Amino acid sequence: MELTILFAPLIGAIICGFGHKLIGERAAIYISTGFLFLSAALSWAIFIGYDGQMQQIPIMRWIDSGSLTTDWAIRLDRLTTVMLVVVTTVSSLVHLYSHGYMAKDPQFKEGESYKPRFFAYLSFFTFAMLALVTADNLLQMYFGWEGVGVASYLLIGFYYRKPSANAAAIKAFVVNRIGDFGFALGIFGLYYMVDSINFNDVFAAGPKLAETKMSFLYMQITAADLLTFLLFIGAMGKSAQLFLHTWLPDAMEGPTPVSALIHAATMVTAGVFLVVRMSPIFEYAPNTLAFVTVIGALTAFVAATIALVQTDIKRVIAYSTMSQLGYMFAAAGVGVYQAAIFHLFTHAFFKAMLFLGAGSVINAMHHEQDMRNYGGLRKKIPITFMAMMIGTLAITGVGIPGIIAEFGDIPIGFAGFVSKDAIIESTYAAGTSVGQFAFVLLVLAAAMTAFYSWRLMFLTFYGEAKGDKKKHEHAHESPWTMTVPLIVLAIGSTFAGMIWYKDFFGEAVGKFFGGSIFINESTNKVLEAAHQVPDWVSISPFIAMIFGVILAWIFYIKFPKIPGALAGQFGILYRFLLNKWYFDEVYDVLFVRGAKRIGRFLWKMGDGKVIDGTINGVALGIIPFFTRLAGRMQSGYLFHYALAMVLGIVALITWMSISGGAL
Amino acid sequence: MDNLLSIVTFLPMVAAGILALFLRGEDEAAQKAAKWLALFATSAVFVISIAIYVQFDPAAPGFQMVEEYNWIAGLKYKVGVDGISVLFVLLTTFLMPLVIGASWNVTSRVKEYMIAFLVLETLLISVFTALDLILFYVVFEAGLIPMFLIVGIWGGKDRVYASFKFFLYTLLGSVLMLIAMIAMYMQAGTTDIPTLLQFQFSSSTLTILGFQIVGGAQSLMFLAFLASFAVKLPMWPVHTWLPDAHVQAPTAGSVLLASILLKLGGYGFLRFSLPMFPVGAEVWSNLILWLSVIAIIYTSLVALVQVDMKKLIAYSSVAHMGFVTMGIFAFNKQGLDGAIFIMVSHGLIAGALFLLVGVIYDRMHTREIAAYGGLATRMPAYALIFMFFTMANVGLPGTSGFVGEFLTLVGIFQVNTWVAFFATTGVILSAGYALWLYRRVVFGDLIKESLKSIADLSAREKWIFAPLVALTLLLGIYPSLVLDIIGPAVDTLLNNMEPQLAAAKAVALAVGN
Repeated sequence: MELTILFAPLIGAIICGFGHKLIGERAAIYISTGFLFLSAALSWAIFIGYDGQMQQIPIMRWIDSGSLTTDWAIRLDRLTTVMLVVVTTVSSLVHLYSHGYMAKDPQFKEGESYKPRFFAYLSFFTFAMLALVTADNLLQMYFGWEGVGVASYLLIGFYYRKPSANAAAIKAFVVNRIGDFGFALGIFGLYYMVDSINFNDVFAAGPKLAETKMSFLYMQITAADLLTFLLFIGAMGKSAQLFLHTWLPDAMEGPTPVSALIHAATMVTAGVFLVVRMSPIFEYAPNTLAFVTVIGALTAFVAATIALVQTDIKRVIAYSTMSQLGYMFAAAGVGVYQAAIFHLFTHAFFKAMLFLGAGSVINAMHHEQDMRNYGGLRKKIPITFMAMMIGTLAITGVGIPGIIAEFGDIPIGFAGFVSKDAIIESTYAAGTSVGQFAFVLLVLAAAMTAFYSWRLMFLTFYGEAKGDKKKHEHAHESPWTMTVPLIVLAIGSTFAGMIWYKDFFGEAVGKFFGGSIFINESTNKVLEAAHQVPDWVSISPFIAMIFGVILAWIFYIKFPKIPGALAGQFGILYRFLLNKWYFDEVYDVLFVRGAKRIGRFLWKMGDGKVIDGTINGVALGIIPFFTRLAGRMQSGYLFHYALAMVLGIVALITWMSISGGAL
Repeated sequence: MDNLLSIVTFLPMVAAGILALFLRGEDEAAQKAAKWLALFATSAVFVISIAIYVQFDPAAPGFQMVEEYNWIAGLKYKVGVDGISVLFVLLTTFLMPLVIGASWNVTSRVKEYMIAFLVLETLLISVFTALDLILFYVVFEAGLIPMFLIVGIWGGKDRVYASFKFFLYTLLGSVLMLIAMIAMYMQAGTTDIPTLLQFQFSSSTLTILGFQIVGGAQSLMFLAFLASFAVKLPMWPVHTWLPDAHVQAPTAGSVLLASILLKLGGYGFLRFSLPMFPVGAEVWSNLILWLSVIAIIYTSLVALVQVDMKKLIAYSSVAHMGFVTMGIFAFNKQGLDGAIFIMVSHGLIAGALFLLVGVIYDRMHTREIAAYGGLATRMPAYALIFMFFTMANVGLPGTSGFVGEFLTLVGIFQVNTWVAFFATTGVILSAGYALWLYRRVVFGDLIKESLKSIADLSAREKWIFAPLVALTLLLGIYPSLVLDIIGPAVDTLLNNMEPQLAAAKAVALAVGN
């Protein structure tokens, strides 16, 4: 069953990608979608029926060299089962949705076949992602890690005629490779220290790594801190954390279903998964964990500030994704991995839905993505509107604060409310200074989340129709293939938090996760403390949210002139945010152009002047001699080469005969 | 069959002889006959060489299928294979039919062209099987003659400059290697390679002209061999002949140059430098490691700004060879396994990349990147295969490109974290130049008039790429096919090196006290 889950998408991708000429386009994409639904159904069966026993299912040998032995294998534990349902559920829904969304794409000419390619990429991505989450060693995880990177590259650049899409695709791959650079070094280091990169051995080595000092470059730190830090660099790249985040907004160049699947629900959460999966060594690396918390909180905050002013609907949601990923890392950083996974789980539902909803809006508006040209759409596309509304309620964290009412021990609210509060309470409960720092930033980010999410809603669905009149007149609700996934995800966004609260964060958490998450109980008591935070802490995100909503309402419904006036008033700040803190510009000058300049210098000066110059200089004495001879023979150089060689052999043989030779 | 190796070695030569003696005329029928005969001969050689693979027993120590005959002037013809060389023999025989198939469009002097390639095959196989120092030297150097001819006769317009440069570089290395070989014979009294492998060359510190030479004779011999191997490989900074040679060579020449000829240097390190002069290798290992790192970063950056496709791939090859030298001089299991694996894998991937350039060069007669763009629209099959090998070239897990890169880096990390750190940046840079190349050639809108009627891969071309794709994927998913064969040979190599290294360290300590 596990093998079927893993390989069904791959087989679907192969049939769809290579077989579509034989079986026809329609059959091809139906097969890839069908295989995905099969995979999803089996994943839910495993998730629900999982008995808590960790299983290892070997498939085949992979790289064996000396003491380094790695297999293709499946590791099935609670963490895997959670990721399986997240990945296959969203992926199957996105496959279905794409039947409608990709039906007629203006990027391609009449008669051009692009759908099988699209579905094959989607299915291939799913396979790589499943290989990542089912890995039993770091190497297979790296395989999945790079595999999803390639799928992401191919899908971002799916509109290969568009220069901007191609640029974004390369950027995504290369920035991710910077992260992979750290990840790879982390794997090398773990092998060096543990003599194995299989999870069982690595996990057992946690305490030993904490005691061992390691010298890497100039540093002398504990092996646990160093290696987890390197692994986290990889996580930062994949999950678009601050400093390695610049690829994610550009990745919106890909078709919208791709953004929903890869750049919201699954691939970008791989970094979080990595940190949680490696909890048995992260638990012994206090310095790295502090770093994780700080980066996570900063990302949540910075991304939220940028989202405030973006006008492209997909970019707003992209920055929102980045911000929510920051929340997850902050939770993992303070040692409450369960909350991180909880938010990963609920976020997959509502963020995929927001993206698919945005896609539905874009579809209705004939590929217009600028929110300033929307307005008043709620009557034209009511199902999309309702879905987006639920998504917004979920991401902004609407619910009834626990101090007012609870159902049993379960908080009442949309999915994002339950899991986000769990994170914010955890950061406070950590009781450390980085925890406090994260707490403050995350609450501020919660207010901004409410603001930009409602701004999106108000600009899109409320007010008057703006921009091209024709587009508004032709706006229409999407076909059932697109609305059904929205409805399914809407149900998840509403109830997933409440249904699984007990398992992910409440009283059943220990039993639920079992051994798949390791908590160093002598030092880490944050999870318990998170349930006993003061009332003002647990209510603060709620108040921040209310504040954000009201502000958005004032700005975009009540007094729509305010935003323009403010943008004029605070021009510098506005431009700073609009230009995304100028990360792209700085990186471009430093790295992209820098690398090219150095490359050109090395080529012309290094290879040309210095190396060839020297050798030609030396040769200058020989060349005239050769050219004179070469004048006599067509291929003089060859003759002399042969001559030199023959002379050499003659010399050798002569010398051997003179010396009496042993032969 | 006792003389399997000789059959495989000399069958191409026999075919070349038949062509030279019996084929007359330059008309189309004669050309066709020459092509088919060459294709038939090389294919037959490949099929027979599979028997070598089947007969070869990886667990058995030492050389297998050894053949020994007396030759002229008291010299010996002695050949055999071990776990390291057998793979290179197979790689050569595997690529040869593909290379002939890729030359189907050659029209000038077809007979001579095929003879050159057939002779080259015999010589290249001999390099890997030679078990006598002099035999090795002869075929090692003679192998370059057909290559010179291929570049010089069927090459581009600057072919004379390119081959002259190649020649100058190679000559110096050859002379020094020859001197070292004489010195080896002086010390050991034999040219038999298996005996030399057991012989311990002097490594006590020498003083020449007031300079202390650590590692003594071994150190000097090591440097002399290095001069030759470093050029062949090529290592930075003696790599500049390679881009020129590649650019000027015809497609098939480029493929063999990248796939096989570049491996001669790496093979030389494994056959001679490490096992015969372990102390010398140890003394100079740090230098080599840093040269490797420079090669990886420097040539990757240079590749980034190339305007000629072949030059870009040539520079990329130099970077990959940097991983090879780094892995070899890590002196540990993973490093050596990885280095050999890269050599095999790079033979497939770089070969395929040069073939891919050849495909569009055949159609458009330019290698300039800027002349292309948007090929995906007209050439979907080409775009797919190019993407596959681009990804293999950047070391995507699941392709053979990954396994070797990973193993060499694992190996070097245990020895020197600085080197590992800088070398790993190669994974970022390679992604940069490779994807950028792909984007400029294949992606984008097809707007250039000249490209609007370009045709996708023909059936012949697809048949050439299919085995390369299959093998690249197979070795990426199940690398044990290679690792199981080289494993025992690498273990033997390391076990033999260890006592000498330990002894050398003890001596060094004693001197220090």
